[in-house]
Amino acid sequence: MLALLATLLRPTSGTIRYGDHAAGTRGAALRASIGVLGHDLFLYPELTAYENLEFFAGLYAVGDRRAAAATALEAAGLADRGNDPVSSFSRGMRQRVALERALIHQPRLVLLDEPFTGLDDASAAALGRRLHALRAGGVIVVLATHDLDLAEGLLDRAVFLRDGRIVETVDRPQEVRSMYREIMSRRAGRSGPPGAA
Amino acid sequence: MPKSFMPLAVVCGLMFAVSPILIADAPYESTMGLVQKIFYVHLPSAWMFLLGAIVCGIASVRFLFRGDPRQDRLAWAAAELVVLFGVLTLVTGPLWARKAWGVWWQWDVRLTASLMGWMVAVAYLLLRKYGGPGSDKLAAGLALFGMANVPFIYISVNYWRTIHPTTSVVPTLPTSFGVPLWFSAATFLLLFLLLLRMRVRLEEQRARVDALYLSMDA
Amino acid sequence: MFAHIVWLVLRKDFTIEVRSLEIAYTTIFFSISCVLVFAFALVQEGRAPEGGAAGILWIAIAFAGTLALGRTFERERQAETLRALLLAPAARPAVYVGKLLGIIILLTAAEAVLVPLVALLFQAPLFAHPFWLVLILLTGTIGFAAVGTLFAAMLVRARSRDVLLPVLLYPITVPVIIAGVRATATLLEPEVDTGVLQVWFALLVCFDVVFLTLALWTFEPLMTD
Repeated sequence: MLALLATLLRPTSGTIRYGDHAAGTRGAALRASIGVLGHDLFLYPELTAYENLEFFAGLYAVGDRRAAAATALEAAGLADRGNDPVSSFSRGMRQRVALERALIHQPRLVLLDEPFTGLDDASAAALGRRLHALRAGGVIVVLATHDLDLAEGLLDRAVFLRDGRIVETVDRPQEVRSMYREIMSRRAGRSGPPGAA
Repeated sequence: MPKSFMPLAVVCGLMFAVSPILIADAPYESTMGLVQKIFYVHLPSAWMFLLGAIVCGIASVRFLFRGDPRQDRLAWAAAELVVLFGVLTLVTGPLWARKAWGVWWQWDVRLTASLMGWMVAVAYLLLRKYGGPGSDKLAAGLALFGMANVPFIYISVNYWRTIHPTTSVVPTLPTSFGVPLWFSAATFLLLFLLLLRMRVRLEEQRARVDALYLSMDA
Repeated sequence: MFAHIVWLVLRKDFTIEVRSLEIAYTTIFFSISCVLVFAFALVQEGRAPEGGAAGILWIAIAFAGTLALGRTFERERQAETLRALLLAPAARPAVYVGKLLGIIILLTAAEAVLVPLVALLFQAPLFAHPFWLVLILLTGTIGFAAVGTLFAAMLVRARSRDVLLPVLLYPITVPVIIAGVRATATLLEPEVDTGVLQVWFALLVCFDVVFLTLALWTFEPLMTD
């Protein structure tokens, strides 16, 4: 689903609309306001954190890319490791750089695929705070995750997917995990891969 | 299967049965005698090979830029027929050449260009078979490049040969050998169209089954 | 903007390559092995076959080029960075051109090693007309790389991509090989016929223009769904 929203896939039926525009009509301009953090992190392991950020800032036509890269490194808490190759980072550190990479051009829509995977408690809490801040700043965040406890309190709306289909949409969900269990168990005997966003 | 399919298939079979008689009755060509008769299979095969390549190329371009899955199915079916009729042409050709002029193969422009076109069609099929998901678009790109390549192959092989000329034994093929040739050509064309229709239909059915599977958990 | 993106991509590839020089070293070493295999296979009584040097040179370029292409895009497969490049608002053809220039530079480096090596091992006077040699090699490399970069990029997410790249690439680049080899062979003759050279050169230039245009045109539809 995230791939569809990121304009990488065309839907087999129906249309996707972004505000007033249908997908496919504004191509590059649309992509400029979307930030994606995928499972594969989108970072060049051989480049340093700073170089990665600077490169993508340039690609996204950010005004002063060097300054933007430096700021992003600060936000990731990795200013002292900026000149180390990303391959030398732990999973959590890489994730932080990847998140900053996704946000460096200040997108309006942010798509996050399992951002909590592999994060320790401190990093997960930091990520949660960052997401709160983004949401307060008016950014639309679409989060795909199985870490329902960590997503608690973050969500304005939850969409539950099963076998690739939407089965339930809840506004301002509380107790997401038990809600999830209840929804998934409704049709007993059918076990599909769980997913919630 | 459309209603007309079976009757047409029967007609085609009959035409194939009748054609040897017509071929045997055709006048002997002056220099080559009996051997020349294979030309009645070789030339229509070559024409179908070419027709298939054109259909594949056009369908591929349309699929690449419009995304219509019917064009994709057509392109795939056409590519298979290119390989099929290509094999027929590339086998009957040397057989004829060996008997008539003593050589199996020559780096003549038409032969080389046909061989390369055939190779691109085989590459197309390999890509579709082993390339995994998404290879339909990639194959369409390959077909487009293959088509664009044809003039370059012609020019380069042609010039290559003019610098080192050897006597070419491939004659300009006569096109006015009358009834047997046109009958043969018609037979092959009918076969081509039937096979194409059948193959496209197979893919259509396959796509329908897939769509049914997907909509099953509604 | 277009040129800026090309520059960014090229600089990024260059930075990565300079760090490890993995592709450069392995491609060059492979080229050397390849030529040596040809030498062992073809040299008889200490002499190379008539006009064999031109063919060997271009075959080695084609093989080394295929490897280099495969490795370069394998790098983009890690962490799915090619996808990231396509997700950016940067013009997709600009990304293609950036990668293309990187490949051309890499192949040129390999040729810088191959040409003297072939000249040496096969007693071929390749350096007699350096101006023409450079022109032929350059236009041939551009043609090969233009098609190769597109195919390698489009195969990045396909299965069996290692073997499919040569399977797809070689039939399409046959005119480049023919023109390149024939032109190089002409250069090696004692009396160089510049008329012939001009025709081959013109063919290569046409090929480059046509296929570069085609590649730029089809890059976006092929890389996106």
